[in-house]
Amino acid sequence: MGIWNSSVSETQIKFKNRLWLYIIAIIILFLLIVPSLVVIPMSFSDSQYLEFPPESYSTRWYENYFYSIDWIQATWTSVKVGVLTIFVATPVGIMAAYGLVNSNTKIRSILFPIMISPMMVPVILVAIGLFYFYVQFNMVNSILGLVLGHSLIAMPLVLIIVLSALSNYDMNQEKVARSLGASRLRAFFEITLPQIKFSVVSASLISFLTSFDEVIISLFVSGGDNSTITRSMFLALRDQIDPTIAAISTILIIISSVFLILTQTFGSPKD
Amino acid sequence: MTSTQKINQEGINKTELDQLDKKERYTLFGLTVPYLALVFGLIIIPIGWLFYMSFIGRDETLSLENYQRIWNSKAYLRIFKTTFQISLLTTLFCVLLGYPLTYFMSQLSNRWANICMIGVLIPFWTSLLVRTYAWLVLLQKKGLINSLAVDWGLWSEPIKFVHNTSGTLIGMVHIMLPFLILPLYANMRTIDKDCLKAAANLGATPTRAFWTVFFPLSLPGLFAGLLIVFVLCLGFYVTPALLGGGKVIMVAMKISDNIELYYSWGAASALGVVLLGVTMIILFIASKLVSIDQLGNRS
Repeated sequence: MGIWNSSVSETQIKFKNRLWLYIIAIIILFLLIVPSLVVIPMSFSDSQYLEFPPESYSTRWYENYFYSIDWIQATWTSVKVGVLTIFVATPVGIMAAYGLVNSNTKIRSILFPIMISPMMVPVILVAIGLFYFYVQFNMVNSILGLVLGHSLIAMPLVLIIVLSALSNYDMNQEKVARSLGASRLRAFFEITLPQIKFSVVSASLISFLTSFDEVIISLFVSGGDNSTITRSMFLALRDQIDPTIAAISTILIIISSVFLILTQTFGSPKD
Repeated sequence: MTSTQKINQEGINKTELDQLDKKERYTLFGLTVPYLALVFGLIIIPIGWLFYMSFIGRDETLSLENYQRIWNSKAYLRIFKTTFQISLLTTLFCVLLGYPLTYFMSQLSNRWANICMIGVLIPFWTSLLVRTYAWLVLLQKKGLINSLAVDWGLWSEPIKFVHNTSGTLIGMVHIMLPFLILPLYANMRTIDKDCLKAAANLGATPTRAFWTVFFPLSLPGLFAGLLIVFVLCLGFYVTPALLGGGKVIMVAMKISDNIELYYSWGAASALGVVLLGVTMIILFIASKLVSIDQLGNRS
């Protein structure tokens, strides 16, 4: 009886009168989380067909994946490109954020919209633009082309994350360090960077995931030996449904979850 | 303050200070150069070139042929109509599902709200392809949803949900929902709860307090969320291509087909320019309504 009549909002609504909202919210959360998880039991199915629940279980689709040179190569390409994207997008994004924070408002209001334009322009246009560009410079199917393309869409995320960290940071601390004789670079690395490190860590993790999950740019500018895993998956899904995809999807879910947990633990201050 | 200004104006070392000031500005601008170079080199110039290509006709001369084709062809008009319909419906469903959930989360204690937030972030960071594939599995004729529904007597014959509009819509709503929830939640968290207490204190019923106080205050977040969902839907490619099974053709897919199948850069570019134009107009309106930072807030 206590919980039914306990108040659950500022306007003193009783829990029993709010029950409908709790039920709706739980249903929606369920619909958000559970559908993706369906691939996990599917990946252990013994059948060629997508039956659910599977009649018998096996690990044949995992074997299929781990013994397939194509899939493993595509996975390595994606990991390589993801890691390299961290090393391009994060420093470039941090430098730009540092420059913006210390510039005057007028410059900032001009540069900021340009800088987040990769996020505003539909990805398909970025992809065909890059494709055209890479054809001219013989960069189609190259790792470099993929890394630059993925960095382009990861940079605005780095910029926004680091910018919000820097705007809560008192730049005078750096001035103090410099007045005591530190060079600007040293002041940044020893004073500023340690204080924004959580944002830098989450920005790099997000850069990796952005690259690792990216489909459309990869579809246009990668191929051959440097095909990414997302490209191979997309093509496999379009042409025929191979249950190996369920095994790969399960692995991808695990990777994303690990990254999400890492971001939540190391990407935000403890207290 | 006045003394430093005086020194500056009277300038024992005015030139040196000015030079330092200038140097400082150049240094700061220099830091943004790599970023700007990448954006200019890999987005603005290629898109500028697409813009130019869109005015080149089949005979390699300047013409409006590509745009006339879009305007006159029933097929192209249908593609635009489909794109708008799907985007509008997806946005509508996202609002209907996202608003109650976000409102619920904003009412919880921080601890529970963070737990729910993980529920929103897990799908957000799960690969788009994985989620699309999951729906492909769930919605097909022999899939889980059909077999459960038939068992429970909700419908007697399995319904085909994939490779048509309904499948596309279900998949897209699932994928877009976090994009609505995140900005809306950020906004709802900043609403001062004392306003609601005050409304209740002045005799408003909970329903009235919600509609006259809370809802209007949540509108900026709602607009930010629904505009970003709508804009993302307009250029969406992966989910309609896989769940639509060739029956749902959206602008992005047509652009891709024009290049991959027909090598027709002019037609693809013209479609791209129209898509970009519509996107920019919507984002411009959005930037008048809400701060642009909110639109890009992914985490």
